[in-house]
Amino acid sequence: MEEKKSITKKTSTLLFINKDREPLFSKKNRKLLSDPMDDNNPITVQVLGICSALAITVQLKPAVVMSISVMAVMAASNVIISLLRNLIPNRIRIIVQLVVVASMVILVDQVLRAFAYDVSKELSIFIGLIITNCIVMGRLEAFALGNGVWKSFLDGVGNAAGYGFILILVAFFRELLGSGKLFGYQVIPDMIYEMGYENNGLMLLSPMALITVGLIIWLQRYRNRILIEKN
Amino acid sequence: MEAYLNLFVKSIFIENMIFAYFLGMCSYLAVSKTVKTAVGLGLAVIFVLAITVPINFLLDTYLLRPGALTWLDSSYVELDLSFLSFIMFIAVIASMVQLVEMIVEKFAPALYGALGIFLPLIAVNCAILGGSLFMQQKDFSGITESAIYGFGSGIGWLLAILAIAAIREKISYSNVPAPLRGLGITFIITGLMAIGFMSFMGIKL
Repeated sequence: MEEKKSITKKTSTLLFINKDREPLFSKKNRKLLSDPMDDNNPITVQVLGICSALAITVQLKPAVVMSISVMAVMAASNVIISLLRNLIPNRIRIIVQLVVVASMVILVDQVLRAFAYDVSKELSIFIGLIITNCIVMGRLEAFALGNGVWKSFLDGVGNAAGYGFILILVAFFRELLGSGKLFGYQVIPDMIYEMGYENNGLMLLSPMALITVGLIIWLQRYRNRILIEKN
Repeated sequence: MEAYLNLFVKSIFIENMIFAYFLGMCSYLAVSKTVKTAVGLGLAVIFVLAITVPINFLLDTYLLRPGALTWLDSSYVELDLSFLSFIMFIAVIASMVQLVEMIVEKFAPALYGALGIFLPLIAVNCAILGGSLFMQQKDFSGITESAIYGFGSGIGWLLAILAIAAIREKISYSNVPAPLRGLGITFIITGLMAIGFMSFMGIKL
């Protein structure tokens, strides 16, 4: 009993110190937001959360909805786990994390079903798969378990933004080249079709998502040589 | 019998977890550097999928579906618990993985040595949860069907990771453009393999 008390006391002071020291958007905290966009991008560098990134990028609209859902889930679960981080026994932390993430995902799923039913139908099982999206678990394990609440929130938002950025980029090219549309509106004028231009049907098929991401990685590493792998 | 065989072949080739739905890509990319570890992870995935899909099928039929609780009391016809399915499925998967890990450690230490580190990883492999969610969508009629579906999807996953691991072992001897090395070339190869697997799509079973 005695021991327990001292632990809770410690946590409260720890939280307190973390809160008071830095300004909200200090340089370090801004870095948490900007790093995942390029140098530490969850998809192209950390290799997290690829499953869903590929399957739902045929059109822009589901990709945008997916990014927003992932951002909501990540920010919320990062905050919750960060609040609980000193109370969770190490051995069962995976199950605790899964339960927290799963309840957040259920909330998002119900909201989508209520307000955007057609998109939710289109995303089908991929909303449920956010639970096992490695990006959520990966950030919980790597960051939220060891950092304060505000930092974890920023980390969640930043990583989800980096994930969404790649998702939207891939979806942009696939929708533009595959069906000549953006957000469902035709952008390539009829004149060009009359001159003999054809939509590239291959872009709509799943393998092209992989190849598009591969090309994005190529371009990124060409620009940013530190990221090149040895083998 | 023929229907079962069709479902089996379909879940391996036509609806391959990796090449058709991109499920389990994270571990597929991370653990495919050598053939040996790839086989270990693939076997563990088959094992867990073949166990969890039928269990989740039972849960879905007798607990979660709208009107599933009528076996308790006929007044529960209206009850719909399907919004709970995510949390139920993931709880079953996480606990099954833990259980399987303990059983394997106790009774087959050699297998545990081979699979050891991969087993906990599997709880967060999207292919496992994806298998259960697809099972829910497909409305299977019986537990045998769902077991065959789980087993077949696992074998499809093993095939895919085995193939990419073998290719990656070979490709380490070739001269890939520096920025494309590692992740980039793996993505592109997987894309080309997926195009190959698309040729199965025309098969009607």
